[in-house]
Amino acid sequence: MEALVVERVLGAALAHGADFAEVFAEDRRSTSAVLDDGRVEELSSGRGRGAGVQVVVGETTGYAHTAELSEEGLLAAAEAASAVAHRGGKGRAVVVEPSEVRRRSEVAVLPESVEKARKIELLLRANESARSSGSAISQVSAAYGDGRRRILVANSDGLLAADDQVRSRFVVSCVAVGDTGMQSGFESAAFTVGFELFDVVDVEDVATTAARRALVKLSARPAPSGEVPLVLARGGGGILFHEACGHGLEADHIEKDASVFVGRVGEQVASPLVTLVDDGTMGPEWGSFAIDDEGHEAKRNVLIENGVLTDYMWDFQRARRRGRLSSGNGRRQSYRHLPMVRMTNTFLVNGGSDPDEMVAQTPRGVYVAKLGGGQVNTATGDFVFGTAEAYLIEDGHVTEPLRDANLIGNGPEVLRRIDAVGNDFAMCGPGTCGKDGQNVPVGTGQPTLRVTAMTIGGTAGG
Amino acid sequence: MAEPATEPAAMPQKPGSAGSGAEAAGELLELATRVASQARHGEPLEVYVSRGTEVDVRAYEGEIEWLSSATSAGVGVRLVTGGRQGFAYAGSLEEAVVAETLAEARDNATFATADEHVGLAEPDGVAPASLDLWDESVLSVPTATKVALALELERRVRGVDHRVRQVAYCDYGDMAFESAVASSTGIAACASRTMCSLSVMAIAGEAADSQTGTGISAGRGVASLDPGRAALDAVERATRLLEATKAKSARLVVVLDPRVTSTLLAIVSSALSGEAVTKGRSFFAGRVGEEVAAGALALVDDPTDARAFGASRYDAEGLACRRNVLIEGGVLRGFVFDSVAARRASTSSTASAVRGGYASTPVAGCRALSLSPGALDARGIMAEVGEGLYVQSVTGVHSGANPVSGDFSVGAEGLMVRGGELAEPVREVTIASTLQKMLQSVLHIGCDVEWLPGLAAGQSVAIGNMALGGA
Repeated sequence: MEALVVERVLGAALAHGADFAEVFAEDRRSTSAVLDDGRVEELSSGRGRGAGVQVVVGETTGYAHTAELSEEGLLAAAEAASAVAHRGGKGRAVVVEPSEVRRRSEVAVLPESVEKARKIELLLRANESARSSGSAISQVSAAYGDGRRRILVANSDGLLAADDQVRSRFVVSCVAVGDTGMQSGFESAAFTVGFELFDVVDVEDVATTAARRALVKLSARPAPSGEVPLVLARGGGGILFHEACGHGLEADHIEKDASVFVGRVGEQVASPLVTLVDDGTMGPEWGSFAIDDEGHEAKRNVLIENGVLTDYMWDFQRARRRGRLSSGNGRRQSYRHLPMVRMTNTFLVNGGSDPDEMVAQTPRGVYVAKLGGGQVNTATGDFVFGTAEAYLIEDGHVTEPLRDANLIGNGPEVLRRIDAVGNDFAMCGPGTCGKDGQNVPVGTGQPTLRVTAMTIGGTAGG
Repeated sequence: MAEPATEPAAMPQKPGSAGSGAEAAGELLELATRVASQARHGEPLEVYVSRGTEVDVRAYEGEIEWLSSATSAGVGVRLVTGGRQGFAYAGSLEEAVVAETLAEARDNATFATADEHVGLAEPDGVAPASLDLWDESVLSVPTATKVALALELERRVRGVDHRVRQVAYCDYGDMAFESAVASSTGIAACASRTMCSLSVMAIAGEAADSQTGTGISAGRGVASLDPGRAALDAVERATRLLEATKAKSARLVVVLDPRVTSTLLAIVSSALSGEAVTKGRSFFAGRVGEEVAAGALALVDDPTDARAFGASRYDAEGLACRRNVLIEGGVLRGFVFDSVAARRASTSSTASAVRGGYASTPVAGCRALSLSPGALDARGIMAEVGEGLYVQSVTGVHSGANPVSGDFSVGAEGLMVRGGELAEPVREVTIASTLQKMLQSVLHIGCDVEWLPGLAAGQSVAIGNMALGGA
């Protein structure tokens, strides 16, 4: 897309006296391959491209998008978007200046340059490994996916920035059958890299981990019901922070007084052991990028330092109205969506405790090796997340496996109840974060940690 | 907004979105048929095309926070060569793009494993129900009217009760959707539908004791929306939870709000998918003819019921949708199948193919589930139950309800039921059981059937012997 075309479209978007206008163009290509029930069922590929035009007057935003990337199509979108933001003032001309943003991760092998047969071969290997993990494994599904997303953002402040985001992922899920019925296990590996992912990630390992999770749960007993001490294993429970406070620290919830963390910057909101960071610059992690979807560089932002709330996360629109800088958290699912405040890679930094000691000093509790998904109500702070691999702690030892259950807690309360943080940090598996109907890739991470009490929703007496 | 709010100008209609849905869908069918006719000898070829327009408005503090309007279209091509399936899609209906998509699908097919069950649907002679799912008002009503509805909803939520301190979101949304599917096996079907909704979340109370409640009103056309009802619903749900506390862990009867039942049925439906069953991913596998639920329970998927938001004349493979009985008298009667899963199970399609859009292949799924209504409404059920927990909403369903194992554990909030009446509010608890036990333990099914957006109706349901996890 030429700079001159972009300038004319921005000029048209501002013609009725708007404060701000933005063009976001996106070209996306993806490939996925699925093996299920022992067969490569489907290799699918797709493409989509389009642009969205955003026009802002005061607190009101108009948005329209089009799959028509000609100047005519873009001008029609600009006209539609500016209809809502019609102040009747004069327009102004825009000159954009291309910005040079340092690439975060160099892609070594573009997935589109790799033969489809090599992607299929990964699936076959994963299937074999999972099935040979145990005779109780009754079903295996494996999926390979890659995507390349090229974006261009230009706005009436003169910004013109572009990014080329390549992501690759591999997912295996297994079913195991035993006397107690069926259990499922899941594992994934996903990074903001190209096909070189498979030089470092062994698909056999992904498959055997998924199979092991299903097999372990065949002998699992029902989880307890009620409050228990909780140890979260390194790299298995970062979603705790994503839900307990991550969403609540997004500036859109703050502005609407719809978060329990409103007005608490500078206050102790968590145990002094908690230092929480959101970092979109972390090399190949799943939630990383060079620029966000408003054209601003990814940043490393400390959200909580030694338990004290330092700042919220901001997108450019909200930051602009407050006269401050974007924290690089303006993201959107596609050109069909308006950007909003989103997390990138959100993680707890290392503490000083020995993880083994933590378990040894817990007479009775629950040890969670891997959490599944979660959900939070930012206004009340209540949040849940599910276990995907968990065990009982008895007399300071990890003992029997537990069936899957949800844990529920209140964000600020649980943050205060963290009484040990390990020195063994690891990133967790990749996540897909949903908000207001938009999904974006995010990362999480944490060292082993302990929460003095959380409510677990099993069926066994507490 | 710096200036006083002005009435926004109407959005210009995009070319192609004007006119009745039937006409526009006919145009799509022509395109799909034309591409499907390019099938080579011995190459079953299916082309799915869709186009939709959407308007979304969010109101905040008496202003428009944002207004978004959009049209999108795309194509998905599925074909089979030598028992291998290939698929490709594109977010465009341009001729060159469609041709490239077809070529890509052909290339993709060469990498699949040959499978005798793979194939397309074939016409089965069933005539489609006569359904009118299109309300022109979604396209013809000016944007200003839609904006006014969102603003009115917000005003009402803020005006009803002084304990409501904020509105987290307050949205008007609509869509007009047309699709067509054609294949070289003789399929030619097109469908069109509209939907619009108002949805809102109210926040009541002050910081330490904040509670939220949501309200929704949805219909095919703008005239069916009721901002007053959605507002009252949100406000009542938020305010009645004020001063909620964590209940003590216990085993008890739960009475599910209709919206919670709808969510629960959606989970159960994934275990009723013929594909999940044939691949050994459902706790219902091998149990047809057995008692899987309480004796009075009947579960039907009927997309020919125009009241259902998932109603449709055709399924995603172009077969006429039909009524499928899944559970009757507590006995499992069958599953829902698309054509591939049906061949794998040596049965025929129940015309239950669904697809997430042009970018996905069809899979078996339900569209319009409901339980046969009982005699009592929510109040009557609570009177019968006497003691228990009324569950207003649940969280963590995607992580806590497993259709493979049946394990069920979700976060819940609601009110205790004491002496047959709603009593003190409860928050931050879990309710748990297994889906298998829950179906067997259904005590009452409400007469209060309420069709909600999504694939299942809502109705009050009482389930015995659930574990409440709390303090």
